[in-house]
Amino acid sequence: MRLLFDRNTWQEIFGSIGKNKVRTIITIVGVLWGIFIYIALSGAAKGMDNGFESMFESIARNSMFVWAQSTSIPHEGFKTGRQLQLKLEDAAMMENRIPELQYIAPRNVKGFFGSEPAIIGRKNKSGSYPVFGDFPVFTKIAPKKIYDGGRFINDEDIDQARKVAVIGERTQQELFEKDEDPIGGYIKIDDVYFQVIGVHKFDPSGGFGGDGDIFIPFATYKKLYNTGDNVGWFSIAAHDDVDVVKVEDNIKALLRNIHRVHPDDERAFGSFNLGEAFNRIIGFSKGITFLSLIVGIATILAGVIGIGNILLISVKERTKELGVRRALGATPREVRSQIILESVFLTMIAGIMGIILGAATLKLINSFTQDIDFPYTNPTVPIPYVLGALAIMVILGTLIGLIPAQRAVSIKPIDALREE
Amino acid sequence: MIEIKDLHKSYKMGSNSLHVLKGINFSVEEGELVAIMGSSGSGKSTLLNILGMLDEANSGEYTLDGVPIKDLNETKAAKYRNKFLGFVFQSFNLINYKNAMENVALPLYYQKMGRKERQEKALKYLGQVGLTEWATHLPNELSGGQKQRVAIARAMAAEPKVLLADEPTGALDSKTSYEVMDLIQKINDQGNTILVVTHEEDIAHMCKRIVHLKDGIIVKDEKVKQVRASEYV
Ligand SMILES: Nc1ncnc2c1ncn2[C@@H]1O[C@H](COP(=O)(O)OP(=O)(O)OP(=O)(O)O)[C@@H](O)[C@H]1O
Ligand SMILES: [Mg+2]
Repeated sequence: MRLLFDRNTWQEIFGSIGKNKVRTIITIVGVLWGIFIYIALSGAAKGMDNGFESMFESIARNSMFVWAQSTSIPHEGFKTGRQLQLKLEDAAMMENRIPELQYIAPRNVKGFFGSEPAIIGRKNKSGSYPVFGDFPVFTKIAPKKIYDGGRFINDEDIDQARKVAVIGERTQQELFEKDEDPIGGYIKIDDVYFQVIGVHKFDPSGGFGGDGDIFIPFATYKKLYNTGDNVGWFSIAAHDDVDVVKVEDNIKALLRNIHRVHPDDERAFGSFNLGEAFNRIIGFSKGITFLSLIVGIATILAGVIGIGNILLISVKERTKELGVRRALGATPREVRSQIILESVFLTMIAGIMGIILGAATLKLINSFTQDIDFPYTNPTVPIPYVLGALAIMVILGTLIGLIPAQRAVSIKPIDALREE
Repeated sequence: MIEIKDLHKSYKMGSNSLHVLKGINFSVEEGELVAIMGSSGSGKSTLLNILGMLDEANSGEYTLDGVPIKDLNETKAAKYRNKFLGFVFQSFNLINYKNAMENVALPLYYQKMGRKERQEKALKYLGQVGLTEWATHLPNELSGGQKQRVAIARAMAAEPKVLLADEPTGALDSKTSYEVMDLIQKINDQGNTILVVTHEEDIAHMCKRIVHLKDGIIVKDEKVKQVRASEYV
């Protein structure tokens, strides 16, 4: 250990490395390439990972949508092709029967799925935007950022069927003056006055929903459009760590039961499982990360073996030199340490250069992908990975250095000196 | 300084072995300058290597400066070499990527001496062999004689008890040989013990004592009147 911190040791090593430049460079290139590949690949994979993550930030990961379609199998005297309608009480049933569910948000919309968007007017301005009838619980599933001073729909809004609305940024820009505070202002939704209670922030990094969406209380929507207890679709979030695919099946089975649909009628209810999609994508980028880890480590390994190989050759070339050193009093230990330290030092230099080069490349990639619409954000390699790679290189460098080091001292000094 | 008793050495060559040293007895006092002579293959180098702990005898006793040299492992031998012995080789054996000063400083490194001290001392010994200006030159920029003088400076830098030189002039022309012998004589004048292997009569007569080796035994051991190399230079 003392040897490691002795300036003399390092001067000897620098001397030997610095004076054998070609060997040093050849040696370094292999490992440098390896670590470069490793850093660049795993950083890129991480960037994709980050990109997908931020795409899903605006919605709960274990969430899904369920909507009604029409039957495809005749059942209990009903003919096939019966149009189904989700009802508010379905939510309570689901909540009771399926304990894996965390939140259920019944939703209605005007302006999607074939219906005309509502006409929104204010003073002499007007526009058309989709209007959603929502419960407060919806924000648990798909968090909405509301600008300061505003709020989302609350329980009292529902109880009293208040005529209040949360509007989008675009709606605000189009209906209100620049310096006007929209909160408390009135807008007309299909000829009924609503008071604006909040403006939700649009998240451009992906996610769902638009900057023109208007949210009003579910109860108010029901009155305004006469929808009764009808529900357009359910937004549902399951608890963490549950099998989302199974939950989805359970929900649909329950709905078939409630609505008297044949148990095998797969087409009666439609659903989209975000959780499953998310898992698939995460699995994909995990796979890429793993692959880059394997490729990177294999390349590093090849590079380190290259170092060992070159050191072995150089030890043979330096047999006489090492013999002279031993005649002058170098102990086998000192000879061994010198060669191992040369190996580790070369590996480290190469590694650090590779890391710097890899990081620079990642930065370059990042600046190119900044403006394009590709899920790729902040491609960094976590520090522990880098440290891990360095540790691996020190260990491999030591292990691989052991072979030439042992070789260097296995021959008697007199035989080493006799070598031509 | 050196005392050896009944030293035997044989080399194994496949199934048969070659008996090279067949019972050597001799001793060297402090301050002596001894030439070891003999025909090629008589075992001169073998003897010197054993004295230098680069090789081991099969049997016999060896005492160096009162220290019995036995049961050597490589680490112990390395320490003894570093502390007690200086080597000069026929082919100089300088390290080609180190300059003259760094070469001279190398044994001091293995003595764990600090860098500055090492350089000072190396320069001092380079000065003694008259090569101060050549301190930063690489070996391939030096003549044979200069290389050998660097090698002598290197051997002396560690201040060994005994200097062992195996045909130090073997690769040099006679003029340069005398320069090197002049240097060796001066080092001996300072009280250092030196053993020189040679098969040149004139070189041997520049020593104070000649030991003749033949077929692995000492056949003659005589004190001679030293010829000063400076007379020829
Ligand atoms: N490592 C070895 N293995 C086998 N035989 C050896 C070895 N080293 C030396 N010998 C043999 O031992 C004998 C003595 O060798 P040595 O080198 O001591 O001779 P020398 O007196 O120094 O000769 P020269 O004047 O040619 O240098 C020679 O016959 C040589 O072939
Ligand atoms: Mg010889």
